[in-house]
Amino acid sequence: MTDKKPSPCLEDLDARLRRAHERRPDQGADNDQGPNRGSIGAGLGFALRIGIELVAALAVGVAIGYGLDRWLGTAPWLMVVFFFLGSAAGFLNVYRAVSGYGYAAGYSRDSDRDKKGSQRESSPDSDK
Amino acid sequence: MADAAAGESHSPLAQFMIKKIIPFEVGGVDVSYTNSALAMTAAVVAVSVFLIFGMRRGALVPGRWQLLAEMGYEFVANMIRDNVGQEGRRYFPFIFSLFMFIFAGNLIGMIPYSFTYTSHLIVTFGLAATVFVGVTIIGFAKHGMHFFGFFLPHGVPWFLAWLIIPIEILSYLSRPVSLSLRLFANMTAGHTMMKVFAGFIFVLGIAGVAPLVMVVALTGLEIIIAFLQAYVFAILTCVYLNDALHMH
Repeated sequence: MTDKKPSPCLEDLDARLRRAHERRPDQGADNDQGPNRGSIGAGLGFALRIGIELVAALAVGVAIGYGLDRWLGTAPWLMVVFFFLGSAAGFLNVYRAVSGYGYAAGYSRDSDRDKKGSQRESSPDSDK
Repeated sequence: MADAAAGESHSPLAQFMIKKIIPFEVGGVDVSYTNSALAMTAAVVAVSVFLIFGMRRGALVPGRWQLLAEMGYEFVANMIRDNVGQEGRRYFPFIFSLFMFIFAGNLIGMIPYSFTYTSHLIVTFGLAATVFVGVTIIGFAKHGMHFFGFFLPHGVPWFLAWLIIPIEILSYLSRPVSLSLRLFANMTAGHTMMKVFAGFIFVLGIAGVAPLVMVVALTGLEIIIAFLQAYVFAILTCVYLNDALHMH
């Protein structure tokens, strides 16, 4: 029976697979490999990110300040200004990463904040 | 190739030296085929062979290689679905290539006497800059001038805007730097540390067992880091993409 008409059978399977895939984003976070991978990979990865984040913004700030100083001949004032702006940006980056804003530029509104907190399960459907 | 590193200095940094294999110049610009380029070619070939031969059968019940290839696919697909959503599907090829290229490069670097191209800042910065420019263009294409709303968060009083906007712009500009610096620093530091420990093995004689144990442990750690850094790079690309696609 199956070898005579393989296509309807496969089509049925296809349709069922598609239905399953459509349902999946809602329960995607609950599959058994998700939390496990998340806790080890994301935790260690997160720890490795934070330090660099602080330094990178500072370096960008100082580089921009230095470049503007060279260009405008205002050494060393713009570099000083951008040093502080850069360190503020670095702290902002770290604060955002730690407090769960992700790396989004700008703050989220209150309505978005809930979404960000439970980003993993709700982002695929609520972001549309 | 193998004796090139041994013949020269024993500096732990000698492993990062670029060596020309086929010297070549176009219009005064040095475009030689170097050991870095060789490692990149090897990575691309290895990934292509892995995926093409892994999926050659396309069996319903996968074999070992097919299973690995499908795991890689699933891993990146899940990452994009969790972090970007359904709209991110269009960017799957790019993020998958990025992940595989970095991962393969890190793993190839783990082979003794080979070269780790991800330990060069210009390589990682090139990748990060591609991501940064691409994401910015996507943001502009999708939101137009509204994209500048990125730099002025909601609810900021007008008298603070002059301070917040430069900070936000700097924070945005620091993305490619931190993205590239992270991968570069991790790979360079890890490989240097391994070389330093390995350098103690013969010097210490019988007590060299201790650094030998350490090097074995570090090799395992480095393989974890090789995966983790590729994962972090890919996931941050997803996060940036999500920002550009769904601005708040």
